[in-house]
Amino acid sequence: MKTNDVILQTTTKFVFFIIFLFSIHIFFAGHYTPGGGFVGGLLTTGAIVLLLLAFDLKTVQKALPFNFTIVIGIGLLLALGTAAGSIFFNVPFFTHAFDYFELPLFGKTSLHTAMIFDAGVYLVVVGAAITMIQSIGGDA
Amino acid sequence: MEFVLLIFLPILAALVVPLLFKHVKGIHTGWFVLLVPLSLFIFYIGFIATTMDGGHAISELQWIPTLGISFVAYIDGLSLLFTLLITGIGALVVLYSIFYLDKDKEKLGNFYVYLLLFMTAMLGVVQSDNVITLYLFWELTSISSFLLIGYWYTRDGSRFGALKSMMITVFGGLMMLGGFVLLGIMGNSFSIRELIATASTFVGHEFFTLALVLVLLGAFTKSAQFPFYIWLPDAMEAPTPVSSYLHSATMVKAGLYLVARFTPIFAVSEVWIWLVTGIGLLTLFWGSFFAVKQTDLKAILAFSTVSQLGLIMSLLGAGAIAYHTDDAIFKFAAFAAIFHLINHATFKGSLFMIAGIVDHETGTRDIRKLGGLMSIMPISFTVAFIGSMSMAGLPPFNGFLSKEMFLDSMLAIRHFELFNFGTWGIIFPVVAWIASVFTFVYSFYFVFKTFAGQRKSEPLPQTPHEAPIGMLLSPIILATLVVGIFFIPNLIGKWLVKPAVMAVQPGLYNHPSEVDVHVAAWHGFYSPALWMTIAIFGVGAVLYVTMKKWQKLYDIQPQYLSLNALYDSAMLFGENGMNRLSRFYMTGLIRTYLLYMFAFIIAITTAALFIKEAFVVDMNSFSAVSVYGVLTAIILVIAVAMILLAKTRLAAIIALGAVGYSVALFFVIFKAPDLALTQLVIETISVALFLLAFQHLPKLNNHGETKPNKLVNLLIAAGVGITVMLVALSAHSQKLIPSISQYYKDTVATEAGGGNIVNVILVDYRGFDTLFEIAVLSIAGIGVLAMIRLRLARKEDTDENK
Repeated sequence: MKTNDVILQTTTKFVFFIIFLFSIHIFFAGHYTPGGGFVGGLLTTGAIVLLLLAFDLKTVQKALPFNFTIVIGIGLLLALGTAAGSIFFNVPFFTHAFDYFELPLFGKTSLHTAMIFDAGVYLVVVGAAITMIQSIGGDA
Repeated sequence: MEFVLLIFLPILAALVVPLLFKHVKGIHTGWFVLLVPLSLFIFYIGFIATTMDGGHAISELQWIPTLGISFVAYIDGLSLLFTLLITGIGALVVLYSIFYLDKDKEKLGNFYVYLLLFMTAMLGVVQSDNVITLYLFWELTSISSFLLIGYWYTRDGSRFGALKSMMITVFGGLMMLGGFVLLGIMGNSFSIRELIATASTFVGHEFFTLALVLVLLGAFTKSAQFPFYIWLPDAMEAPTPVSSYLHSATMVKAGLYLVARFTPIFAVSEVWIWLVTGIGLLTLFWGSFFAVKQTDLKAILAFSTVSQLGLIMSLLGAGAIAYHTDDAIFKFAAFAAIFHLINHATFKGSLFMIAGIVDHETGTRDIRKLGGLMSIMPISFTVAFIGSMSMAGLPPFNGFLSKEMFLDSMLAIRHFELFNFGTWGIIFPVVAWIASVFTFVYSFYFVFKTFAGQRKSEPLPQTPHEAPIGMLLSPIILATLVVGIFFIPNLIGKWLVKPAVMAVQPGLYNHPSEVDVHVAAWHGFYSPALWMTIAIFGVGAVLYVTMKKWQKLYDIQPQYLSLNALYDSAMLFGENGMNRLSRFYMTGLIRTYLLYMFAFIIAITTAALFIKEAFVVDMNSFSAVSVYGVLTAIILVIAVAMILLAKTRLAAIIALGAVGYSVALFFVIFKAPDLALTQLVIETISVALFLLAFQHLPKLNNHGETKPNKLVNLLIAAGVGITVMLVALSAHSQKLIPSISQYYKDTVATEAGGGNIVNVILVDYRGFDTLFEIAVLSIAGIGVLAMIRLRLARKEDTDENK
């Protein structure tokens, strides 16, 4: 049976980017307002799952040609690297650093090593979730 | 320079070895490896001047200062002697291995990594002043020995031998750790020097004897003493350079080192002297007696090593008597122990290398097939002859000197009055004499059955010829030492032995030169040891000549009564017993496992709740019920009922989604936006995931569950629900300690530079949790991938053992 999913597919093409950009927003906003790497990662995963539902596994793999197991690795390295980096400044493991900067466009902004750690969390969540979904969904 | 770092030099070199092996094909990797022990040996020789003067050198590297654990390299006479043995013999063994192991056929990368790992471990054992790091290195020697024995891992024998040595030595190591902890409790320190300094206060402490026995278990398993020696013969599956290095010259002597090092602490104890001397002597006899039974060249050497280790052990035990009496002979025993330790390393090292050469050049180590090699391999024969005669205790070789000192010490035990030695002491010289006779016999057996006599009629697997000179170089150097030490024993004594004796008996001397021992080959006709030696030669010669007639006696012992059979059946019992035990409760049904878990959760939690009288309900702490809350609760209940009553999975999945979303609504109502957001997204993804995967699930059916099953399910489900509710109510109604929320509120901006407490907790306050969680998530993701991909790869064959 061939289903007609033109509406779903067309909407998805737009909605995907909305969700994706929102997830990036949520990720960056996390330190001050609700959000963070974990939710951000989940939202991105949700966006990709939407793609999977509208199209199929192969099309999505072509559109997003990443090896998601490597994404997991990069995320873990990022998180562990941030945590371990503090050792080189002679402070205990996992000590974060932050300061406030005047950046063009953004104005007064705080830059925080916790954000790099959170980026690691984000990548691991996306990588692991998509890896699972791809392997389970691909098992047909 | 911080020479404690040199302990780690070999292990750092090991990092480069695989690269060298892979990319430098033209040169045998061993040549690079050789530089490590050689340069260390040359460096450590520089310490002789210090230790000869009774001094010592210390270098420290902090590891876990809060627990009092650090790497301390403490070099005194004893550790220097062992260090020189490890690096010196290590260099010779690496040189020998270059010719023994073919660079094109063997996995040299693995071999030298293991060997360098061992070198670091062994240096760590003998130099550590901290007992905890000593234990760490001790186990590392067991592990590297395991890897080296199993080097040819495709052979059954190698794997069996590797496992056996690991089981026995790690068992001993753990016992030893217990002993160290007890010592640490008694002395309130993990430093051996400090423990020795406060040793006098340990006597009579309730842990004293227990600590003693535990430490000795470690030493006895490592040094292959009776009845733990059984791993050593099986360890002979290792490549010969390994047998020569680990299993004769260094690792098995770690136990002797331990006994020598702890003598100042335990020597006051009667138990120590009886155990060390007695087990040592028993091992000496046992090993020498069964060496004659063996037919494999390396097995003969293995049993002879067991026996010689016993000899040194008993001498160390006799040396401990010096703490109880002023009789000079017992100080002499400690000297003899250290002296024989050096001698044994030289002659046994060379003998192992010759056994390897014979194996390499003829293709067999079976002594029944060998014979008459003297004319073909004259140099090998000469070296083997020198080594064996030294082992048998003949002049002019170094073994003669230490063997006579051994006999003198054993004779002297008769005159020691304390601890019942006056009554039983006579046993010691008698057993020592009998063991020496057998030592004489197996030494002759080893060298003459291989090299003398007629060639056997059946051809050898390979046409024998003399080994290349590079392979002979190391044994020749060792054999030269065997002869050389005979002529300059007092010089060796001054440089190496006396400083070491001072470390074993620290309270008795102020300077190594006070160790009043002069080694001489000739003590005059009135020396009883001389007559004992002559008798050994006579009886030994007779036994050797008539060996064919009495060797059959060994067959009387049935196989099932041996210690090996005991080990095998213990292992088998362990495996089967554990199997049966776990089969008893592991039914393979998820239902059963969930039943165990939930039943335990109910039992433990409610029991704790009521025993501790922790159940409290405080109506005032509850917030007011809103209309939205009631509505959401009703939706929740309906959704749960729908899951249970759904006829298809699709309906159940959607209902499950409804449960999740209504929980998210609760979070919204109670003002937890972060939780609500996460819950919403999670719910969306998990529903989508279910929808993706549900077509693979089997048809919805009742899985053959009966009415009673369902009743149990109901009870368990209700029980868990009620338990969780009770805990939640009590937890909300009382606070054992003030909530941490205020601290977060106060510090979130100042300390962490953030605004959203929930996220700051995740990435900063409790960053460790998050780090581990994402690690677990990664493992889960990769696990799912691996399991599904692997199952797809071989759909028919799912048994991983096939």
